[in-house]
Amino acid sequence: MVAEFIVTIFLGLGLLAVGLGVVGILRFPDVYTRLHAETKMTTCGAIFICIAVVITEIGAYLASGEMQYAVLGLHTVLALAALVFTNAIGAHAIGRAAYRAGVRPDPAVVDRMKGVNTDD
Amino acid sequence: MIRYILTFICAFCTYLVLTAGSGDIWLWSAFEIVTGLIIAFVVSLASAKWFCRGADYRMANPLRWALLGLYICIPFFLELIRANIDVAIRIITGNINPGIVKVNPGLTTGFGQLLFANSITLTPGTLTLEADEKTGDFYIHMLSVPREMVKQKTADAADLFSFFKIHEWVRRIAE
Repeated sequence: MVAEFIVTIFLGLGLLAVGLGVVGILRFPDVYTRLHAETKMTTCGAIFICIAVVITEIGAYLASGEMQYAVLGLHTVLALAALVFTNAIGAHAIGRAAYRAGVRPDPAVVDRMKGVNTDD
Repeated sequence: MIRYILTFICAFCTYLVLTAGSGDIWLWSAFEIVTGLIIAFVVSLASAKWFCRGADYRMANPLRWALLGLYICIPFFLELIRANIDVAIRIITGNINPGIVKVNPGLTTGFGQLLFANSITLTPGTLTLEADEKTGDFYIHMLSVPREMVKQKTADAADLFSFFKIHEWVRRIAE
């Protein structure tokens, strides 16, 4: 009963974060600020949802003693680690590609990357 | 030789994690262990060149991995939560002041730079756009640039974070 309550709370937090990320993509003005909403909010949402999955699996494992539930929890943690790493790298790649393609941040109070030779 | 052994161990451990719970020799079946050994051997032959680039094996120290786990669970997670609350408030209020700043945390190793760039992207309203491997400069897009940072040519890495000195943690882990 307590576990179910905690799982519901984590699922709610995860959905709230992902939902706010969607609102952020619609509300923010340019590609860079939208990437902020997209990367951070979806990662945070995924972390909360994965915590909910892991708690559910641990509960099922303790109740039934079957190994498959614990394994599923472990795989969820692995998937989360992969997601966190690739999300950050993907955002970096999109931002870098956008800058190299000539999309300048607008609005921007300062742009220290201007004039920097980004060719490798 | 060392790079092949390290790649073999990493590949084998990954295979064991993915197949945990398959049998009763501890957690694995004999079939999975033998398959894992064969696959890890092939993987180490094929990819050691890319997996262990250069002659720098400091990340082979398990203590560094333990520290990495601690870093992800406490400082990184807390900064992530704080950053998300901050971004959520900015999404709702629309109060943004974006800009690109330059930061030099003084990291020299490839893994350190990767870890710092990724931490920056997922933490305090910042996003790494470009990293210069040679000079160690990071060009970071900030959702809200503080007024004093607008004037600085190179911002201080410590000013980016609120609770922990993430660049110090990364230095301890990777350098």
